[in-house]
Amino acid sequence: MVSTSIPLTPVKLTTKDFKSDQEVRWCPGCGDYAILAAVQSFMPELGIARENTVFVSGIGCSSRFPYYMNTYGMHSIHGRAPAIATGLSASRPDLSVWVVTGDGDALSIGGNHLIHALRRNVNLKILLFNNRIYGLTKGQYSPTSEIGKITKSTPVGSADSPFNPLSLALGAEATFVARTIDSDRKHLQSVLRAAAEHQGSAFVEIYQNCNIFNDGAFDLIKDADTRDEHLIRLEHGQPITFGNEQQYAVVHPEGSFGLQVQPGGTPIVHDATVDDPAYAFALSRLSGSDLNTTPIGVFRNVARPTYDDVVQKQLSDAKAQATGTPEQMLGELLSAGDTWTIL
Amino acid sequence: MAAPVKPVEQLDRVVIRFAGDSGDGMQLTGDRFTSETAQLGNDISTLPNFPAEIRAPAGTLPGVSSFQVHFADYDILTPGDSPNVLVAMNPAALKANLADLPAGADIIVNTDEFTKRNLVKVGYSVSPLEDGSLDQWAVHPVGLTSMTVAALADSGLSKKDAERAKNMFALGLLSWMYSRPYESTLRFLERKFAKRPELVAANKTAFTAGWNFGETTEDFSVRYEVKPAKMLPGNYRNITGNAALALGLVAAGVRAKLPVFLGAYPITPASDILHELSKHKKFGVTTMQAEDEIAAIGAALGASYGGALGITTTSGPGVALKGETISLAIALELPLVIVDVQRAGPSTGMPTKTEQADLNMALYGRHGEAPLAVIAPKSPSDCFHAAIEAARIALTYRTPVILLSDNYVANGSEPWLLPEVSELPDISVAYATEPNGEDGRFLPYLRDPETMARPWAIPGTPGLEHRIGGLEKADKTGDISYDPANHDFMVRTRQARIENIPVPDVEVEDPDENARVLVLGWGSTYGPIGAACRALRQRGLPVAQAHLRHLAPLPANLGSVLKAYDKIVIPEMNLGQLAHVIRARYLVDAIPFNQVSGLPFTAATLENMLEDVVKNG
Repeated sequence: MVSTSIPLTPVKLTTKDFKSDQEVRWCPGCGDYAILAAVQSFMPELGIARENTVFVSGIGCSSRFPYYMNTYGMHSIHGRAPAIATGLSASRPDLSVWVVTGDGDALSIGGNHLIHALRRNVNLKILLFNNRIYGLTKGQYSPTSEIGKITKSTPVGSADSPFNPLSLALGAEATFVARTIDSDRKHLQSVLRAAAEHQGSAFVEIYQNCNIFNDGAFDLIKDADTRDEHLIRLEHGQPITFGNEQQYAVVHPEGSFGLQVQPGGTPIVHDATVDDPAYAFALSRLSGSDLNTTPIGVFRNVARPTYDDVVQKQLSDAKAQATGTPEQMLGELLSAGDTWTIL
Repeated sequence: MAAPVKPVEQLDRVVIRFAGDSGDGMQLTGDRFTSETAQLGNDISTLPNFPAEIRAPAGTLPGVSSFQVHFADYDILTPGDSPNVLVAMNPAALKANLADLPAGADIIVNTDEFTKRNLVKVGYSVSPLEDGSLDQWAVHPVGLTSMTVAALADSGLSKKDAERAKNMFALGLLSWMYSRPYESTLRFLERKFAKRPELVAANKTAFTAGWNFGETTEDFSVRYEVKPAKMLPGNYRNITGNAALALGLVAAGVRAKLPVFLGAYPITPASDILHELSKHKKFGVTTMQAEDEIAAIGAALGASYGGALGITTTSGPGVALKGETISLAIALELPLVIVDVQRAGPSTGMPTKTEQADLNMALYGRHGEAPLAVIAPKSPSDCFHAAIEAARIALTYRTPVILLSDNYVANGSEPWLLPEVSELPDISVAYATEPNGEDGRFLPYLRDPETMARPWAIPGTPGLEHRIGGLEKADKTGDISYDPANHDFMVRTRQARIENIPVPDVEVEDPDENARVLVLGWGSTYGPIGAACRALRQRGLPVAQAHLRHLAPLPANLGSVLKAYDKIVIPEMNLGQLAHVIRARYLVDAIPFNQVSGLPFTAATLENMLEDVVKNG
């Protein structure tokens, strides 16, 4: 159920309705195509009026996304999409506002705006396309590149540790945090659906393949012969197990702060609604640069008042107490305090 | 308080400076004296001067905070060059302000603070009260602290708390000296300390003790009166520039019939606008304290995109950070008001001191050809009208507008003739509601032939779904375009649509009608320039004054105005930024006159300079 303040479409929309007339100009084979197709085909089922849907992006390959959606859209500047979208969403509760961003856009130049949007719990759906590389600037390492990454700007290897985007979002106490993969349309759409239905900031990391500058970055969890050994599919209310024969369990060892993978152990049961972000944070720590144990799905989905609702309520409360027309109130405001009259 | 028994002398104008430690409450004391003076109907102009530190070390020169009030029985233009009266609450306040005092001025000193320790702190080896160094002034030694404490002996307050009321004792004394009505101050104390009745009583007692001291002591033999000024009839209030600017933005929202969205990050000296606007939610004003300056303007731009009047308020360092988003707003052609309350730079500079050195940044401080409209208020109350004008241009022409206030007008105050709401301009504009192209197509960059504004098609409008962005856009369709001819056309179009904004002609004040010298100014120098011009004319030296509100685009008649005079002088609180513009654009050999001390020009400084130009060419 999407927010009640957003108008639903009176007519049934189709995938085609969400395709703009612009030629899509990503590199052939880019993972962005799969995400675009998944979003375009998933939007109709939300039932939101097309004109009340807005995509806001920053800069980078992923940020061309709004041009291809036949909704309202703004391709803004590097890193600032969450800030711009915050102003839009907070002032227009009737809009479904989506932010499309990348690992450089959201985590490097725009890191501050991202964490503050999540902290405020602005009603934004933030899709972070993580390809672990700078694509549009032609192949420099990104804040999610593995340490030691050799690129044009780091010929002997990058020296800095990467962000774990989900850990970062959870550190900011995001109320909805999920991860999915570009090539798994079914999973991608199920995560997007849950994100759309969430009231407040929904942060979705999408592993996305850049076949030009970082091809195969996620093969370990994509290839049919390896993925089952490394991919942990989180299902709310289900024990967390994985492996060809579900032989691995995610367990909570006694006396430990975190979670561990243990063959044949007693798995914990996934509960995305745990209020303490420490649980989802512990889940997020299972995955590292090597993708050896990588959970996907909804890590955290909790309810907290949204920034938008609080702002709107302050406005409506103040207006409810107001008497007179705006012009009358303005006249009173201007002549408030110590005044005097010259005859 | 008994009726006056001492002789009363009439004065036409007085300048008083209250000076003390930054914790002594001098700003409050000055504010109250100003309010009493306004009630009386004098014309007023005030100038606060305080350190950036909240509490600099007590008793030191950097910790001195002062408030100057100029009041008169005629209309005045500045807070006054030099005080007739200095109230010095400690040796630091005396030392820091002595150089500004003309011979014969009254100095009221709080002798209780002239201890050995306090004297040494500011480098006095001997008390200036005792070594004859103050002989050219009329010194009134008063034990402000001890008399306040004595008056409050029965109040039950600790000595420390009692001492804090000494500013009210000083205010009471000055209120007696200048025959100010005190009822509003007593009411104010009741409001301010509503939750602490013992403090209401103590402050009232201290105020009354100060008043009665004036009445009885032989040190003050005369009281003074300054008759009300002849001002335009109407209702007035005293207002600072920041308050007037905030009210102007509220009024702009009402007159545009739009919600107002302010994105702001706290910064001196602009934060008071955020504080004021946050109180006016019933007008549909949303204020967001953003995580940084960039987010502040980003959120405002997002709100503008959604159909609100988007505003961001800041000072110079913040404008520097906002530059890229301002460029985006120029490319998107959306309304946006950027308020820059200028302070002394570069970098952190002097945050509580004034300067006009952001003009170049406002005009040119962006990448690419990125023109926008720039306007500046000339006085505290003018900030109200300038704010509405900024919003009008932003909305009508779908452009970012930079409003260049500065610390001098922002924190200075003057009487404000309250406008009738119905007489404020209607600045409402219409959103796009229908497709404007063939076959029901919507063309987001198809322009209004008159305003050159593109349609404001806000999300939620069916049939007008479109995408905009920072990439260059094809004319009319707004589609991404790398076409060379299109880019050349769009760059020229963006320039033309700013240059074509009609702005009022600049008016020339030349009452003698034979001046050969024109003084051209902009922004907060209006008062000092005007006062200097008046003084010269009274001495038989004709001089003309023109003042620019619109700095981009410039008024259409400016070129012909400039060419009508032999000499053009441009005083600015920068190193000649407007002068550069004028020289480059009109090929006029304008004479820059510059001061970048962090303080406003005094009228005397400008009068001396202009006298030289008028007499010697």
